[in-house]
Amino acid sequence: MNANLGNDLNRRRFLLAGLRGAGGAWVSLHWPAIVAAAQHAAHAREAVPPAKLEVLSAEQAAEIEAAASRIIPSDETPGAREAGVIYFIDRALATFAADSRDDYEKGLPVLQAKTREMFPEAPKFSQATPEQQDAVLKALEEQPIFDLIRTHTVMGFLADPARGGNRGEVGWKLIGYDDSPAFTPPFGYYDRDYPGWQPPEKEDGKK
Amino acid sequence: MQVTYKPSEEVDFVIVGSGAAGGVLAKELSTAGFKVVVLEQGRWIPPSDFGHDEIAQSQEHSLINSFHRQPQTFRKTPQDKTEKQLSAIYGCCVGGGTVHFTANFWRFHEIDFVERSRRGPMAGTAFADWPITYADLEPYYTRVEWEVGVSGLAGASPFDPYRSKPYPLPPMPVKSSGVIFERAAWKLGWHPFPSPMAILSQPYRGRAGCVHCGRCAGFGCEVGAKSSTLASVIPVAQQTGRCEIRTQSYAFRVKTNRHGRATGVAYFDDRGRRHFQKARAVIVSANGAETPRLLLLSSSGRFPQGLANSSGLVGKHLMTNAHAMVLAAFEQPLNDYTSAAVSRVLHDFYEIDPKLGFCGGGGLDARFGQTPISFALGLTPPGVPRWGKGFKNWLAETYARSMYVMCHATSLPVEDNSFSLDPDLKDAWGLPALRMTHKDHPDDLKTAKYLQDRALELLAQSPATKVWAPPIREATRAVHLLGTCRMGNEPKTSVINADHRTHDVPNLFLCDGSSFVTSGRGQPTMTIQALAFRAADRIATAARRGEV
Repeated sequence: MNANLGNDLNRRRFLLAGLRGAGGAWVSLHWPAIVAAAQHAAHAREAVPPAKLEVLSAEQAAEIEAAASRIIPSDETPGAREAGVIYFIDRALATFAADSRDDYEKGLPVLQAKTREMFPEAPKFSQATPEQQDAVLKALEEQPIFDLIRTHTVMGFLADPARGGNRGEVGWKLIGYDDSPAFTPPFGYYDRDYPGWQPPEKEDGKK
Repeated sequence: MQVTYKPSEEVDFVIVGSGAAGGVLAKELSTAGFKVVVLEQGRWIPPSDFGHDEIAQSQEHSLINSFHRQPQTFRKTPQDKTEKQLSAIYGCCVGGGTVHFTANFWRFHEIDFVERSRRGPMAGTAFADWPITYADLEPYYTRVEWEVGVSGLAGASPFDPYRSKPYPLPPMPVKSSGVIFERAAWKLGWHPFPSPMAILSQPYRGRAGCVHCGRCAGFGCEVGAKSSTLASVIPVAQQTGRCEIRTQSYAFRVKTNRHGRATGVAYFDDRGRRHFQKARAVIVSANGAETPRLLLLSSSGRFPQGLANSSGLVGKHLMTNAHAMVLAAFEQPLNDYTSAAVSRVLHDFYEIDPKLGFCGGGGLDARFGQTPISFALGLTPPGVPRWGKGFKNWLAETYARSMYVMCHATSLPVEDNSFSLDPDLKDAWGLPALRMTHKDHPDDLKTAKYLQDRALELLAQSPATKVWAPPIREATRAVHLLGTCRMGNEPKTSVINADHRTHDVPNLFLCDGSSFVTSGRGQPTMTIQALAFRAADRIATAARRGEV
């Protein structure tokens, strides 16, 4: 089997997995559109960037990642760390969020200074205990650096994996978001048993 | 069949903008035999490039105006200091706002055209009747539905105005939010109905039907099922071989001659070079922000306060449609991020009882349409932690189990609410930036609150486990850009006449949201397109008679 054919079959399998309960007639009617949508999604998947840092230093990355993993912690389910949020943030700073580089340069020292002030035994935020880290973040909640890390952490946890975070779609899986390129009704629990459009008779004569 | 004209060649019409109105006018006038050049400041994005990437959409602004290159300012009143901020959002690509819009496609009702006569004057406003009525526009609403492709169920709402033809396509399938909304509304004796959407529920005229991916609001449709002008009428215009869509062409001046007639449009190309497209007549369909801005940028010795602005009303009476929302969470998954945003709507409060003491009305709809990041960052209710385990748990429990009821309301026309040229800030081309001045009329906020209370009443009849009504705030940002070059019979109180011809320049026409006299109840695109079909008829007739 040549590689292209293998890819096509994978894509087809992926497509069909996405079409929950779609009838054959529906699928053939919409097939060209579905293929277009799915090829797009498949390309995005193939484009997941490698895990390396371009903008942040290893030390900066360690500090940001430590904060990110308190914002979306790892417990029974993956958190910001497993989602690779730090790689999303690094890539963001190389691209659409380049304007935020300065804010990190200015903000990370604030994070470290607050850590040392509250917990002199911890030289860096990333070396403090999780409880200490939570206390530092709580104290900085109104500071721009907190908002910045929080915003970028949430984005990195829930963005398209092609952006470097949300590895293995762990963020999407957590919230129950399915990135399939096409769906068919019923879409959710409350429309499962919908009998069709049957408005009640009205006493006021309005239908 | 692609055609290109030399800018020095005098075409019949140059149209500024390829959006809801510009796309329709381009199609109508080119199929009627006229030579047309459309100047579009954005790029031509092939549908295959419309992705589902939320970062491209929300952070890189792939489909809307670039604040970086075209900064804007905002102030609440003329007495306030301006702040640099994104205040007017509009589509910036071939197809304009119809590429990323949510595609709710209600017609206006009879009342929207004559509300001033019915309700009387409103303090602090220039509330006026339209010079046309619903009956004048009805044939064109029908044309919109059949030509761009609209799905819906005729007769399902007892409040619907007269229609001469059913919808060409059956309604979109109901979603969980729609079922919840419908059942709750029926308990209250209200009249929910399947939402009219400019999305193809089935294949239509060679276009694919919707595959329910759920990325409508804010995104382009890669299968072409959303009835943007890019997917519907622009391909027809192109096939005539008489219409050129010239992209990355940023119009900055409508030129006039010593007789006070428009001679064409000056624009920058993608490399910042200046060009001038000659035309027998000029149509500006650049949206309710950029249309008045272009007229103000086109001032001259003969037109010192801006072109077509003898009334002084160019840019004034901005209406943005007040709105409110109520969020609700449920025990079971709705998965309402799938399919078209809205599947049920109700118009029981289209006209609110005048005895309540304020003027307005609106509609409610059931929707979710939240992408994961926008939900997580934007909609944390009070009491939910903003970070940590509690935040993570909330995300896990709520995203797929939520919906909201959106309340769409009227805005009254207040003269100070406006777009104007910022005296200090310039855009990347050195042109004065857009300045928005806006403070909601008190009645608009009361209307939004009234509708929000109805949404709460409705959700109280649903199995929601948690309901939250975010406070209603004054609008500092607008996506519905309406009323800024209003239509009317009197040159002193309006900018264009009922045929969309400016009162001051005989061969200059304006057609887009700026033409509105009243705001409608929150879904303007359908009416913008009906006006565009009608304007094209009037303009073509006049042109054939040599009256342009």
